[in-house]
Order: sequence, then C-alpha cells, then structure tokens
Amino acid sequence: MDTRTEKIRAAAKRLLSEGKVDVVIGYRAGTVPLRNAPYFARTPQEADNLIWDSNCRVNLATFIPRRQGKIAVVAKGCDARNILNHIVENQINRDRVYIIGVPCEGMVEPALIEARVPEGQTITEMVEDNGQITVKGRDFAVTLEKAEMLRQNCRVCQHRNPPVSDELVAEPVPETAVDPYQDLEELLAKSEPERWDYYRELVKDCIRCYACRDACPLCYCQVCFVDETQPQWVGKSQDATDVMTFHLLRAYHCAGRCTDCGACESACPMGIKVRQFTRVLEKSVKERYGYEAGLSPDEKPPLTVFLPDDPQEFIK
Amino acid sequence: MASYILKKSDLAEFVESLAGEFPGGVLGPVLQDGKIVLAAAEPREFRLDFQNTHLSPKDLFFPQSEKMLEFTANPGEEGAFILEEVKNQPQRRLVLGLRPCDAKAFVVLDTIFTNDQYSDPYWAEKREATVIIGLDCNEPCPTCFCTSMGSGPFHEEGQDVQAVDLGDRLLLKPLTSKGEEVLKKAQGLTPAAPADKARAQELKQQAEATITDEVETDNIAARTVMELFEAPHWDEVQERCLNCGVCTYVCPTCHCFDIQDEVHEGKGVRLRNWDYCMSWLFTQHGSGHNPRPDKKSRVRQRFMHKFKYIPLKREGAIGCVGCGRCITLCPVNIDVRDVVRDMNS
Repeated sequence: MDTRTEKIRAAAKRLLSEGKVDVVIGYRAGTVPLRNAPYFARTPQEADNLIWDSNCRVNLATFIPRRQGKIAVVAKGCDARNILNHIVENQINRDRVYIIGVPCEGMVEPALIEARVPEGQTITEMVEDNGQITVKGRDFAVTLEKAEMLRQNCRVCQHRNPPVSDELVAEPVPETAVDPYQDLEELLAKSEPERWDYYRELVKDCIRCYACRDACPLCYCQVCFVDETQPQWVGKSQDATDVMTFHLLRAYHCAGRCTDCGACESACPMGIKVRQFTRVLEKSVKERYGYEAGLSPDEKPPLTVFLPDDPQEFIK
Repeated sequence: MASYILKKSDLAEFVESLAGEFPGGVLGPVLQDGKIVLAAAEPREFRLDFQNTHLSPKDLFFPQSEKMLEFTANPGEEGAFILEEVKNQPQRRLVLGLRPCDAKAFVVLDTIFTNDQYSDPYWAEKREATVIIGLDCNEPCPTCFCTSMGSGPFHEEGQDVQAVDLGDRLLLKPLTSKGEEVLKKAQGLTPAAPADKARAQELKQQAEATITDEVETDNIAARTVMELFEAPHWDEVQERCLNCGVCTYVCPTCHCFDIQDEVHEGKGVRLRNWDYCMSWLFTQHGSGHNPRPDKKSRVRQRFMHKFKYIPLKREGAIGCVGCGRCITLCPVNIDVRDVVRDMNS
C-alpha cells in the first residue's frame, strides 16, 4: 500500500477519534478505473476507505465554502493553496480547517493513458508501482511511465508541496524547474483575430454543463452570473457568443486567484482545455504584480485590492 | 421479414444506393477529434469498431438549442411580438450504427414527448423523418448495465433495422415496415443464411453473458415515494455531488428543457434549450421560493425521476437504459448503479 495512503488514514483516524474534527475530506477508490471519488470520513472506521494514488484530481477545497463545523482536508500543493485562498477570501477560518498536506508527484491524465491502449478497448484496472502505471483490460496490459502520463498542469506545477499544512504525510518532493508558461508563447504571439479564432475553436464542443465551474474551488458564488435572471447577463443557448461569454467571464473571475489545479479540465466531459483561458491570466498577474495565488494567508489577490497610491490613473 | 447480409466492403455501395432516399443525409459513427460522434460523412469514414458515441444521440430529435417560434420585436410595427411558427420541416435522414441502449432511449422519450395527452411536434416530426439502423454490441463495456434496465446489447426496440457485426459482414434484420422498405431499395445485400442467424444468436448470448453487473430495481416499485424520498443514502450522494450538468447532458433519456426568448436587432426567437435538474435555477420560482433549495434535493430528483416517478407514470417503464455514460463522465464518480442499489435495498 502507498505509504501516503497509510499516513492519511492514520492522521484521519487520530483526528476523528480525538474529536479534533467532525469530518475528514479525502478520496476513496472509484467504481471505475482512473476515477477516484471525494470521500467524507466521519468515523475512524470510515477512515480506512481513504486512499492516495495518481487519480486524486478533484480539488477538495471545492467542498469547503458554506460547510459548518471543524474539518480536515487531504490537500495536495494546489488544494492547500486553494484552502489558503478560502482563508484569505473569508470562506473559512484557519482554526476550523486542519490541513493534511500531501507532497504531490502529480496526477495522471486519463486521456493520455486511454490513448495508449489498443483501440476500442476499455481499461478495467490500473495499478501503480514505483513511478510506473500498468493498465489492464480484457485482452491487454500496458505499462507506462507515470511521468509521461501526467496532466499538463502537473507537469509544469511549481508548488507540489503544500505551502501550508498542519502535518505532512510524506517528505517534501523536489519542485519542478520548468517554465510553466513556455508553451503559451506560440498562442500569445498570435494576432488578436488569430487568438480569437483559437479560443472559438477551443470551446466549440462545450455543452454548457458548467462542470468546470462547479469543480472549481474559486466558483463559490451563491448565484453565478450565468444563472442570474434579473437581469439576465448571458444567453442560454449554444450560440457561440454566449458560450464564449461564459468562458471568458469565468476566467476573468478567477484572475489572480487561480492555482492552476486543473480541476476544471479534469471535470470537463468534452476534454476542453479550459486552462488555456486561466493560464494566460495567471501569467499576466504574475508578471504585473509578482503574485501567485494561495501562497500566503496575509496577501490578498491583486485584483481584489484597491490602493490609494495606485500608479494607474484610470482607477482613481 | 427476411434478413440480409451486407459485406462490410460493400457498405459504401449500400449507403450510396440509399443516399437519394434521404435528402437529410446518412449519418453514422465517425471519429472526430478523438471522440465517436454521429455525423454525415463519406461512407468509408463510418466506424463499426467503436463502443458507443461519446454523447447520447438524443440531439438528433431534441437538439440542445432549438428555435421554436420567431417574431419581430420592433414596437409599433405591424405584427410585432406575434409569435410565428418556424417553417423547418425536417428532411428524411438515415442513421447507421446506433447502439441498442440509445435506440431504447428513444422509446422511453417517445412516451414522454408523444403520448395520449400531447404530441411534441419538434420531437415527433424529426423522429418520423428518421430511419434507424442499429448496431448490436458484441463487446459491452464494463460500465454497461443495459440488461438490468429493460434493454440489452442485442435489444431491438427503437430501431427500424437491427444490425449484427459478424466479422467481415453485417446481418441486417428489418424490424419495422419503414426498415423493410429501406432494405428493399438498398444495393449490396444478399439473403442471410440460417448459419448467419445462428452466429448472431451465439454472439447475443456471449454479449449478454459479459454483463455480469446486475442492478435490481424490483424493490423500488414496492417502496413508497416518501420512503425513497427520505432515505438516508441521499446525504452521502449529495455530499460529493458538484451539481454540474454532466450526467444530465450526456444522458440519452434526460429531456428537461427551458424556454427562452432572445431578441437581437429587432428579430426575436423563442428557443428551447436543454436544462438540468442539478441547477439551482431549474426550479426557482418568480416569487423567490425554490422548492429544491439544496444540493440534496436536486441530485435526488434526477434519480427519483428515472427510477420512481417515470415507472409510476409509465406503467413500470424505467427511465434509464443503462448506457453507463454518466458513470464514466461524472467528475466525482457518482455511480448510478450504486445509487439504484441503495434505492432498491
């Protein structure tokens, strides 16, 4: 068994049996391969269902807003950053959330793995061992390097270790030393009309299920702008302008707050690379304000702050 | 009705011989951007070696956004704001390669869109103008549970012609007069031999035997609505549910819609768009009251609708066909099979 799994279970049992928290939010094995389920353990016995592997893609910070009582959350680097975000944005007090930090070696992208099995075959099982992943089906078994199967955001992740935690279940892992935005250069070098075409093409398959929004820890508004009716800000049909309005406005609402956790892309049933919106904005925020979301409990996201000595005239 | 054999190498000839009959096009399973979709294409692009289309085919008859009525929106102009019918008579179409679960879903939706009380013209006209040639499943997926839902990998309902993949050829069996007529006009067919039918029967038994996951529903009928409504397991399901629209929008039988008027540059349209019961807005009243105010009441609705309310109203028919799309695509792994087992326990 993965030692992280053992340590997570031990921490959860201890916290629950000592009554330090009411619930531990973690993951349990899914009913289908490559898909774990968020799990809410309330008793030490239930803590035995908690697991850790490379399919813990859901960002558990999503389940924090409006939750009562004391909670513990199993948190990768990105989840912990989103918990800090919630603290900064007054969604939860620090003393109500216990962070079980997991130094993270990245989560896999199911589509990459599925592309490597014989065509038309279904994966029925996935096992991991020492950096390798083996997927099996009716008439095949394929072993792959986990490092090559990671989600794009995990490949370029800059904060695999939780920046804040109450305990860590493993030694910190080395951070990656890649430029997270290198692959955006080509997109950003395009002219405005070309970029517009790129984004139009990107969202052409969107079915407006809003899974990207609902999986996102930042999207905790009581009423989302797409659901407002008085006034109605955006049309409800598959009209390309309305679809784009949703994606652009959602991305702008995340500017300076996004941790690039990838929950949106992992939730999308159509495989749309919705991070191509948010990443461009995060790059801008980092370059202009030197700010990355969810690294400090004392710093507010730049787009939520007004300074009387703001150097730009238009805002005064 | 006589069955036929169509060699896969003659598929193009078959399709081309029918093209004139179907001005609305011949649609089949094609690979587009890594996903299987139903689309009009060159016959050689049609795939017969797929598991199922990524999304359900319900949009053939129930598009995600559909124009119902139109109007001019210039106050003072004669006829302004008078709703007019959109003249858009659907043309005859042929659909190839529809899986039996999805064809069965059309039968479920037929009882909802066209019944003794009401016939929805938008659904009915397109349905009437479409001929469906199915494709039975020799290799069901691990998430298939059609056999528990009144369907199956070789189920016949909802198709005009049933097709069985016999390797290098297809066995075509007309199931309706519409289907029989089409096969009579088609080229590339030869009569089926008893051995072909026997082979199809063998494949049927093999396919059914691979679906070992039984999902029983018999106790749901015996339990009262209120008993199911107040069952404790909804608390567990709702806790991780994101209330997104994935399960609803990929489902072949979910059919709720919202009607909206849109006006642009003096021209107005009345549209109907897919809607989903997971949405907060779905039941929001004009008064501000919302009878389904929380996540639990919304996620419960979807399962109660399919497995209790539809059977109550439609003489026991279940509102799910066991295609498994919601299982594979739910971001938080809410597995309908487990939810139904809880309802049935």
